[in-house]
Amino acid sequence: MCLAVPHRIIALRAANRALALAGAVETEIRTDLVPGLGEGDLVLVHAGFAIERLLPEEGEELERLWEEVRELAGPQTR
Amino acid sequence: MQVRRPDDRRERIRVLSEALMGLADRPVKVMEVCGTHTVSIFRQGLRALLPPTVELVSGPGCPVCVTSQGEIDAAVALARLRETTVATYGDMIRVPGSGTTLEEERSRGADVRVVTSADQALSMARSDRNRNVVFVAVGFETTAPATAAIVIDAWREGLDNFMVLNLHKSVPPALEALASDPEVKLDALLLPGHVSVITGMEPYRFLPEKYGIACAVAGFDAEDIMLALVEVIKQVREQKPRVASLYGRAVRPLGNAEARSAMERVLTLKDASWRGLGVIPSSGYSLREEFSRFDAIDRLGITVSSTPPPKGCMCGDVLKGLIDPPSCGLFGAYCTPAHPVGPCMVSTEGSCAAFYRFLRGRRTDWEH
Repeated sequence: MCLAVPHRIIALRAANRALALAGAVETEIRTDLVPGLGEGDLVLVHAGFAIERLLPEEGEELERLWEEVRELAGPQTR
Repeated sequence: MQVRRPDDRRERIRVLSEALMGLADRPVKVMEVCGTHTVSIFRQGLRALLPPTVELVSGPGCPVCVTSQGEIDAAVALARLRETTVATYGDMIRVPGSGTTLEEERSRGADVRVVTSADQALSMARSDRNRNVVFVAVGFETTAPATAAIVIDAWREGLDNFMVLNLHKSVPPALEALASDPEVKLDALLLPGHVSVITGMEPYRFLPEKYGIACAVAGFDAEDIMLALVEVIKQVREQKPRVASLYGRAVRPLGNAEARSAMERVLTLKDASWRGLGVIPSSGYSLREEFSRFDAIDRLGITVSSTPPPKGCMCGDVLKGLIDPPSCGLFGAYCTPAHPVGPCMVSTEGSCAAFYRFLRGRRTDWEH
Protein backbone atom coordinates (compact mmCIF):
# COMPACT_ATOMS: atom_id res chain seq x y z
CA MET A 1 0.00 0.00 0.00
CA CYS A 2 2.74 2.44 0.94
CA LEU A 3 4.59 1.56 -2.23
CA ALA A 4 6.30 4.59 -3.72
CA VAL A 5 8.04 4.57 -7.08
CA PRO A 6 10.93 6.82 -8.19
CA HIS A 7 9.98 9.06 -11.12
CA ARG A 8 11.99 11.66 -13.07
CA ILE A 9 10.11 14.90 -13.78
CA ILE A 10 10.24 15.64 -17.50
CA ALA A 11 7.93 18.66 -17.78
CA LEU A 12 6.10 20.93 -15.38
CA ARG A 13 2.46 21.61 -16.12
CA ALA A 14 -0.07 24.06 -14.78
CA ALA A 15 -1.87 23.71 -11.45
CA ASN A 16 0.55 21.64 -9.39
CA ARG A 17 1.03 18.98 -12.01
CA ALA A 18 3.98 17.52 -13.86
CA LEU A 19 4.71 14.87 -16.44
CA ALA A 20 6.99 12.25 -14.90
CA LEU A 21 8.78 9.18 -16.19
CA ALA A 22 9.32 5.83 -14.46
CA GLY A 23 11.01 3.26 -16.66
CA ALA A 24 9.25 3.69 -19.99
CA VAL A 25 5.98 4.90 -18.51
CA GLU A 26 4.98 8.56 -18.54
CA THR A 27 2.41 9.65 -15.95
CA GLU A 28 0.91 12.92 -14.86
CA ILE A 29 1.62 13.45 -11.17
CA ARG A 30 0.65 16.06 -8.60
CA THR A 31 3.48 18.16 -7.22
CA ASP A 32 1.75 20.19 -4.47
CA LEU A 33 3.21 18.16 -1.58
CA VAL A 34 6.84 18.89 -2.58
CA PRO A 35 7.38 22.61 -3.21
CA GLY A 36 9.87 23.92 -5.76
CA LEU A 37 10.19 20.89 -8.04
CA GLY A 38 11.75 21.38 -11.46
CA GLU A 39 12.45 19.44 -14.63
CA GLY A 40 14.96 16.65 -14.10
CA ASP A 41 14.23 16.22 -10.39
CA LEU A 42 13.98 12.66 -9.13
CA VAL A 43 10.98 12.16 -6.83
CA LEU A 44 9.19 9.37 -4.99
CA VAL A 45 5.59 9.07 -6.20
CA HIS A 46 2.81 7.52 -4.12
CA ALA A 47 -0.88 7.44 -5.07
CA GLY A 48 -0.28 9.90 -7.89
CA PHE A 49 1.48 12.50 -5.73
CA ALA A 50 5.20 13.28 -5.44
CA ILE A 51 5.93 12.83 -1.72
CA GLU A 52 9.66 13.62 -1.56
CA ARG A 53 12.79 14.35 -3.57
CA LEU A 54 15.25 11.49 -3.80
CA LEU A 55 18.79 12.47 -2.95
CA PRO A 56 21.84 10.79 -4.47
CA GLU A 57 23.72 10.60 -1.17
CA GLU A 58 22.67 7.93 1.28
CA GLY A 59 23.42 9.48 4.63
CA GLU A 60 26.16 9.14 7.22
CA GLU A 61 24.57 6.38 9.24
CA LEU A 62 24.47 4.08 6.25
CA GLU A 63 28.09 4.82 5.39
CA ARG A 64 29.22 4.06 8.93
CA LEU A 65 27.20 0.86 9.01
CA TRP A 66 28.77 -0.45 5.80
CA GLU A 67 32.21 0.14 7.34
CA GLU A 68 31.22 -2.08 10.26
CA VAL A 69 29.60 -4.72 8.04
CA ARG A 70 32.80 -5.05 6.02
CA GLU A 71 34.76 -5.55 9.21
CA LEU A 72 32.28 -8.09 10.58
CA ALA A 73 32.20 -10.13 7.38
CA GLY A 74 35.95 -10.61 7.33
CA PRO A 75 39.05 -9.29 5.59
CA GLN A 76 38.31 -10.67 2.11
CA THR A 77 35.52 -8.16 1.62
CA ARG A 78 37.49 -4.98 2.29
CA MET B 1 31.19 10.61 -0.08
CA GLN B 2 30.44 7.31 -1.77
CA VAL B 3 29.71 4.33 0.44
CA ARG B 4 32.38 1.64 0.10
CA ARG B 5 30.78 -1.73 -0.48
CA PRO B 6 31.07 -4.62 -2.92
CA ASP B 7 30.06 -3.70 -6.49
CA ASP B 8 28.18 -6.90 -7.16
CA ARG B 9 24.70 -7.04 -5.65
CA ARG B 10 24.83 -10.72 -4.80
CA GLU B 11 28.17 -10.24 -3.12
CA ARG B 12 26.71 -7.38 -1.06
CA ILE B 13 23.89 -9.59 0.17
CA ARG B 14 26.35 -12.42 0.94
CA VAL B 15 28.52 -10.06 2.97
CA LEU B 16 25.49 -8.75 4.86
CA SER B 17 24.27 -12.27 5.58
CA GLU B 18 27.70 -13.23 6.87
CA ALA B 19 27.81 -10.16 9.10
CA LEU B 20 24.38 -11.07 10.49
CA MET B 21 25.43 -14.66 11.20
CA GLY B 22 28.35 -13.34 13.23
CA LEU B 23 26.27 -10.79 15.13
CA ALA B 24 23.13 -12.70 16.03
CA ASP B 25 24.38 -14.74 18.97
CA ARG B 26 21.13 -14.44 20.94
CA PRO B 27 17.42 -14.69 20.11
CA VAL B 28 16.05 -11.44 18.67
CA LYS B 29 12.42 -10.86 17.71
CA VAL B 30 12.17 -8.26 14.96
CA MET B 31 8.89 -6.94 13.59
CA GLU B 32 8.70 -5.43 10.13
CA VAL B 33 5.86 -2.97 10.34
CA CYS B 34 5.30 -2.23 6.69
CA GLY B 35 3.45 -4.50 4.26
CA THR B 36 5.85 -3.48 1.49
CA HIS B 37 8.71 -4.78 3.66
CA THR B 38 6.79 -8.03 4.23
CA VAL B 39 6.42 -8.64 0.51
CA SER B 40 10.01 -7.66 -0.24
CA ILE B 41 11.34 -10.05 2.42
CA PHE B 42 9.36 -12.94 0.92
CA ARG B 43 9.94 -12.10 -2.74
CA GLN B 44 13.70 -11.90 -2.27
CA GLY B 45 13.88 -14.98 -0.08
CA LEU B 46 15.60 -13.12 2.75
CA ARG B 47 14.28 -15.41 5.48
CA ALA B 48 16.60 -18.14 4.18
CA LEU B 49 19.61 -15.87 4.70
CA LEU B 50 18.93 -15.12 8.36
CA PRO B 51 20.52 -16.85 11.34
CA PRO B 52 18.06 -19.10 13.24
CA THR B 53 18.26 -16.74 16.22
CA VAL B 54 16.53 -13.96 14.27
CA GLU B 55 12.75 -14.25 14.41
CA LEU B 56 11.03 -12.04 11.84
CA VAL B 57 7.35 -11.26 12.41
CA SER B 58 5.01 -9.08 10.38
CA GLY B 59 3.13 -6.24 12.01
CA PRO B 60 -0.03 -4.24 11.36
CA GLY B 61 1.48 -2.34 8.43
CA CYS B 62 -1.00 -3.15 5.71
CA PRO B 63 -3.77 -0.52 5.85
CA VAL B 64 -6.27 -2.80 4.11
CA CYS B 65 -5.59 -5.54 6.68
CA VAL B 66 -6.29 -3.33 9.68
CA THR B 67 -9.51 -1.87 8.27
CA SER B 68 -12.30 -3.11 10.50
CA GLN B 69 -15.20 -5.13 9.14
CA GLY B 70 -17.65 -2.39 10.17
CA GLU B 71 -15.72 0.06 7.97
CA ILE B 72 -15.94 -2.31 4.98
CA ASP B 73 -19.68 -2.67 5.64
CA ALA B 74 -19.99 1.14 5.54
CA ALA B 75 -18.21 1.24 2.15
CA VAL B 76 -20.59 -1.46 0.86
CA ALA B 77 -23.60 0.49 2.16
CA LEU B 78 -22.36 3.58 0.28
CA ALA B 79 -21.97 1.58 -2.95
CA ARG B 80 -25.63 0.53 -2.66
CA LEU B 81 -26.89 4.12 -2.65
CA ARG B 82 -28.51 5.45 -5.82
CA GLU B 83 -26.58 7.83 -8.06
CA THR B 84 -23.38 7.11 -6.15
CA THR B 85 -19.94 6.12 -7.37
CA VAL B 86 -17.49 4.57 -4.91
CA ALA B 87 -13.82 4.98 -5.82
CA THR B 88 -10.98 3.36 -3.91
CA TYR B 89 -7.51 1.80 -4.13
CA GLY B 90 -7.32 -1.72 -5.60
CA ASP B 91 -7.13 -4.16 -2.70
CA MET B 92 -10.07 -2.63 -0.88
CA ILE B 93 -12.66 -3.94 -3.30
CA ARG B 94 -12.00 -7.59 -2.41
CA VAL B 95 -12.09 -7.34 1.39
CA PRO B 96 -15.12 -9.19 2.77
CA GLY B 97 -17.43 -7.20 5.00
CA SER B 98 -19.91 -9.08 7.13
CA GLY B 99 -22.06 -9.69 4.03
CA THR B 100 -20.36 -8.91 0.71
CA THR B 101 -17.40 -7.11 -0.86
CA LEU B 102 -17.30 -3.96 -3.00
CA GLU B 103 -16.38 -6.22 -5.92
CA GLU B 104 -19.55 -8.29 -5.44
CA GLU B 105 -21.60 -5.10 -5.23
CA ARG B 106 -20.07 -4.03 -8.54
CA SER B 107 -21.08 -7.32 -10.15
CA ARG B 108 -24.64 -6.56 -9.01
CA GLY B 109 -24.58 -3.19 -10.72
CA ALA B 110 -23.03 -0.81 -8.20
CA ASP B 111 -20.62 1.76 -9.63
CA VAL B 112 -17.37 0.81 -7.86
CA ARG B 113 -14.14 2.02 -9.45
CA VAL B 114 -10.50 1.37 -8.69
CA VAL B 115 -8.15 4.36 -8.74
CA THR B 116 -4.38 4.54 -8.50
CA SER B 117 -4.38 8.21 -7.53
CA ALA B 118 -6.66 10.16 -5.21
CA ASP B 119 -6.76 12.80 -7.95
CA GLN B 120 -8.69 10.43 -10.24
CA ALA B 121 -11.55 10.24 -7.73
CA LEU B 122 -11.80 14.03 -7.74
CA SER B 123 -11.84 14.09 -11.57
CA MET B 124 -14.84 11.72 -11.51
CA ALA B 125 -16.73 14.16 -9.29
CA ARG B 126 -15.85 17.05 -11.62
CA SER B 127 -16.96 15.23 -14.75
CA ASP B 128 -20.47 14.37 -13.53
CA ARG B 129 -21.87 16.84 -11.01
CA ASN B 130 -25.17 14.94 -10.80
CA ARG B 131 -23.63 11.86 -9.18
CA ASN B 132 -22.13 11.60 -5.73
CA VAL B 133 -18.56 10.33 -5.78
CA VAL B 134 -17.35 8.81 -2.51
CA PHE B 135 -13.62 8.21 -2.21
CA VAL B 136 -12.98 5.39 0.27
CA ALA B 137 -9.72 6.73 1.66
CA VAL B 138 -7.54 4.10 3.24
CA GLY B 139 -3.87 4.27 4.18
CA PHE B 140 -1.34 5.54 6.67
CA GLU B 141 0.61 8.80 6.77
CA THR B 142 2.11 8.04 3.33
CA THR B 143 -1.33 8.17 1.73
CA ALA B 144 -3.29 10.64 3.89
CA PRO B 145 -1.64 13.82 2.46
CA ALA B 146 -3.02 13.00 -1.03
CA THR B 147 -6.52 12.75 0.46
CA ALA B 148 -6.00 16.06 2.27
CA ALA B 149 -4.87 17.70 -0.98
CA ILE B 150 -7.96 16.62 -2.93
CA VAL B 151 -10.31 17.63 -0.11
CA ILE B 152 -8.74 21.11 -0.21
CA ASP B 153 -9.31 21.14 -4.00
CA ALA B 154 -12.94 20.05 -3.61
CA TRP B 155 -13.47 22.79 -1.00
CA ARG B 156 -11.92 25.46 -3.26
CA GLU B 157 -13.96 24.33 -6.25
CA GLY B 158 -17.19 23.88 -4.28
CA LEU B 159 -17.50 20.27 -5.48
CA ASP B 160 -20.33 19.27 -3.20
CA ASN B 161 -20.91 15.94 -4.95
CA PHE B 162 -17.47 14.76 -3.76
CA MET B 163 -17.17 13.00 -0.39
CA VAL B 164 -14.71 10.89 1.54
CA LEU B 165 -15.18 7.79 3.67
CA ASN B 166 -12.13 8.52 5.76
CA LEU B 167 -10.44 5.37 7.03
CA HIS B 168 -6.91 6.80 7.34
CA LYS B 169 -4.87 5.59 10.28
CA SER B 170 -1.72 6.70 12.05
CA VAL B 171 1.23 4.34 12.52
CA PRO B 172 2.99 5.59 15.71
CA PRO B 173 0.00 5.01 18.08
CA ALA B 174 -0.35 1.43 16.76
CA LEU B 175 3.34 0.86 17.46
CA GLU B 176 2.80 2.13 21.00
CA ALA B 177 -0.10 -0.31 21.41
CA LEU B 178 2.17 -3.18 20.32
CA ALA B 179 5.16 -2.00 22.37
CA SER B 180 3.07 -1.83 25.52
CA ASP B 181 1.36 -5.21 24.95
CA PRO B 182 2.98 -7.75 27.32
CA GLU B 183 2.09 -10.60 24.93
CA VAL B 184 3.98 -9.17 21.96
CA LYS B 185 7.50 -8.69 23.41
CA LEU B 186 9.46 -7.10 20.58
CA ASP B 187 13.22 -6.53 20.65
CA ALA B 188 13.39 -4.50 17.46
CA LEU B 189 11.34 -2.80 14.76
CA LEU B 190 12.02 -2.17 11.09
CA LEU B 191 10.19 1.13 10.68
CA PRO B 192 8.23 1.88 7.53
CA GLY B 193 10.28 3.90 5.04
CA HIS B 194 7.50 5.70 3.21
CA VAL B 195 5.42 6.54 6.28
CA SER B 196 8.63 8.07 7.65
CA VAL B 197 9.06 10.18 4.49
CA ILE B 198 6.03 12.12 5.77
CA THR B 199 6.40 11.84 9.56
CA GLY B 200 10.19 12.06 9.91
CA MET B 201 11.97 10.25 12.77
CA GLU B 202 10.69 12.19 15.78
CA PRO B 203 7.36 10.33 16.29
CA TYR B 204 9.24 7.04 16.88
CA ARG B 205 11.60 8.26 19.56
CA PHE B 206 9.41 6.90 22.38
CA LEU B 207 10.06 3.35 21.16
CA PRO B 208 13.73 3.16 22.26
CA GLU B 209 13.33 5.69 25.08
CA LYS B 210 10.23 4.35 26.79
CA TYR B 211 10.20 0.70 25.71
CA GLY B 212 13.87 -0.07 24.96
CA ILE B 213 13.06 -1.23 21.41
CA ALA B 214 15.81 -1.04 18.78
CA CYS B 215 14.63 0.75 15.62
CA ALA B 216 15.78 1.42 12.08
CA VAL B 217 13.97 3.27 9.30
CA ALA B 218 14.61 1.09 6.28
CA GLY B 219 14.26 1.17 2.51
CA PHE B 220 12.76 -1.68 0.55
CA ASP B 221 15.33 -3.64 -1.42
CA ALA B 222 17.15 -6.68 -0.09
CA GLU B 223 20.25 -4.70 0.82
CA ASP B 224 18.23 -2.05 2.69
CA ILE B 225 16.44 -4.68 4.76
CA MET B 226 19.54 -6.77 5.55
CA LEU B 227 21.41 -3.62 6.60
CA ALA B 228 18.54 -2.60 8.85
CA LEU B 229 18.63 -6.04 10.49
CA VAL B 230 22.39 -5.67 11.11
CA GLU B 231 21.72 -2.25 12.67
CA VAL B 232 18.93 -3.32 15.03
CA ILE B 233 20.74 -6.48 16.13
CA LYS B 234 23.81 -4.37 16.88
CA GLN B 235 21.63 -2.06 18.98
CA VAL B 236 20.19 -5.03 20.88
CA ARG B 237 23.67 -6.47 21.57
CA GLU B 238 25.04 -3.15 22.74
CA GLN B 239 21.83 -2.40 24.69
CA LYS B 240 21.74 1.03 23.05
CA PRO B 241 18.35 1.24 21.37
CA ARG B 242 17.71 4.27 19.19
CA VAL B 243 16.05 5.23 15.91
CA ALA B 244 18.63 4.76 13.15
CA SER B 245 18.06 6.33 9.74
CA LEU B 246 19.13 4.04 6.92
CA TYR B 247 16.88 5.44 4.20
CA GLY B 248 18.44 8.89 4.02
CA ARG B 249 17.98 9.17 0.26
CA ALA B 250 14.22 9.55 0.87
CA VAL B 251 13.61 10.28 4.56
CA ARG B 252 14.51 13.68 6.02
CA PRO B 253 14.83 13.80 9.84
CA LEU B 254 11.81 16.11 10.13
CA GLY B 255 9.80 14.48 7.35
CA ASN B 256 7.80 16.33 4.69
CA ALA B 257 6.48 19.51 6.33
CA GLU B 258 4.37 20.53 3.31
CA ALA B 259 2.54 17.19 3.27
CA ARG B 260 1.99 17.33 7.03
CA SER B 261 0.62 20.85 6.83
CA ALA B 262 -1.96 19.69 4.23
CA MET B 263 -2.91 16.86 6.60
CA GLU B 264 -3.08 19.16 9.61
CA ARG B 265 -5.31 21.59 7.77
CA VAL B 266 -7.86 18.95 6.79
CA LEU B 267 -7.54 16.07 9.26
CA THR B 268 -7.61 15.64 13.00
CA LEU B 269 -6.82 12.61 15.15
CA LYS B 270 -9.56 10.50 16.72
CA ASP B 271 -9.74 7.09 18.39
CA ALA B 272 -9.90 4.35 15.78
CA SER B 273 -10.66 0.66 15.67
CA TRP B 274 -7.92 -1.55 14.16
CA ARG B 275 -8.65 -5.08 13.14
CA GLY B 276 -6.87 -7.32 15.58
CA LEU B 277 -5.64 -4.52 17.81
CA GLY B 278 -8.98 -3.05 18.91
CA VAL B 279 -9.58 0.62 19.59
CA ILE B 280 -6.35 2.63 19.82
CA PRO B 281 -6.53 6.20 21.18
CA SER B 282 -5.77 8.99 18.66
CA SER B 283 -4.81 6.54 15.91
CA GLY B 284 -7.24 7.46 13.14
CA TYR B 285 -7.85 10.57 11.12
CA SER B 286 -11.18 12.30 10.64
CA LEU B 287 -12.08 15.42 8.67
CA ARG B 288 -11.97 18.67 10.61
CA GLU B 289 -15.20 20.57 11.23
CA GLU B 290 -14.40 23.03 8.44
CA PHE B 291 -14.40 20.17 5.91
CA SER B 292 -17.18 18.07 7.43
CA ARG B 293 -19.43 18.58 4.42
CA PHE B 294 -17.10 16.22 2.56
CA ASP B 295 -17.61 13.46 5.14
CA ALA B 296 -19.66 10.68 3.52
CA ILE B 297 -20.73 9.27 6.90
CA ASP B 298 -22.30 12.56 8.02
CA ARG B 299 -23.74 13.54 4.67
CA LEU B 300 -25.21 10.24 3.53
CA GLY B 301 -26.39 8.96 6.91
CA ILE B 302 -24.28 5.79 6.99
CA THR B 303 -23.26 4.21 10.28
CA VAL B 304 -20.07 2.31 11.04
CA SER B 305 -20.97 -0.55 13.34
CA SER B 306 -18.63 -2.75 15.30
CA THR B 307 -18.86 -6.27 13.91
CA PRO B 308 -16.92 -9.28 15.18
CA PRO B 309 -14.32 -10.83 12.83
CA PRO B 310 -15.32 -13.95 10.84
CA LYS B 311 -15.43 -17.16 12.86
CA GLY B 312 -12.05 -18.86 13.10
CA CYS B 313 -10.16 -15.96 11.48
CA MET B 314 -6.94 -15.21 13.34
CA CYS B 315 -5.87 -12.10 11.41
CA GLY B 316 -5.76 -10.28 14.76
CA ASP B 317 -3.03 -12.53 16.13
CA VAL B 318 -1.19 -12.46 12.78
CA LEU B 319 -1.19 -8.63 12.82
CA LYS B 320 0.37 -8.61 16.28
CA GLY B 321 3.06 -11.06 15.21
CA LEU B 322 1.79 -13.60 17.78
CA ILE B 323 1.33 -16.41 15.25
CA ASP B 324 2.57 -17.32 11.77
CA PRO B 325 -0.28 -17.39 9.21
CA PRO B 326 -0.09 -21.21 8.79
CA SER B 327 -1.01 -21.57 12.49
CA CYS B 328 -4.51 -20.30 11.68
CA GLY B 329 -6.95 -23.16 11.15
CA LEU B 330 -8.43 -21.51 8.06
CA PHE B 331 -5.11 -20.89 6.27
CA GLY B 332 -4.66 -22.61 2.93
CA ALA B 333 -7.78 -24.76 3.29
CA TYR B 334 -10.69 -22.39 3.87
CA CYS B 335 -8.86 -19.11 3.33
CA THR B 336 -6.87 -18.60 0.13
CA PRO B 337 -6.12 -15.56 -2.09
CA ALA B 338 -8.93 -16.69 -4.45
CA HIS B 339 -11.41 -17.06 -1.57
CA PRO B 340 -10.10 -14.95 1.30
CA VAL B 341 -11.83 -14.96 4.68
CA GLY B 342 -9.69 -12.39 6.46
CA PRO B 343 -8.06 -9.21 5.15
CA CYS B 344 -4.48 -10.50 5.63
CA MET B 345 -5.20 -12.94 2.80
CA VAL B 346 -6.92 -10.33 0.61
CA SER B 347 -4.28 -7.67 0.36
CA THR B 348 -1.23 -8.57 -1.71
CA GLU B 349 0.71 -7.06 1.19
CA GLY B 350 -0.99 -9.09 3.89
CA SER B 351 1.25 -11.59 5.66
CA CYS B 352 -1.16 -14.48 5.00
CA ALA B 353 -1.14 -13.75 1.25
CA ALA B 354 2.66 -13.45 1.30
CA PHE B 355 3.06 -16.78 3.11
CA TYR B 356 0.61 -18.40 0.69
CA ARG B 357 2.25 -17.00 -2.44
CA PHE B 358 5.89 -17.50 -1.57
CA LEU B 359 6.11 -20.45 0.83
CA ARG B 360 3.35 -22.76 -0.34
CA GLY B 361 4.82 -25.97 -1.66
CA ARG B 362 7.96 -25.50 0.42
CA ARG B 363 6.30 -25.99 3.76
CA THR B 364 3.59 -28.47 4.54
CA ASP B 365 2.90 -27.80 8.19
CA TRP B 366 -0.30 -25.87 7.45
CA GLU B 367 -1.95 -28.74 5.61
CA HIS B 368 -4.39 -29.53 8.37
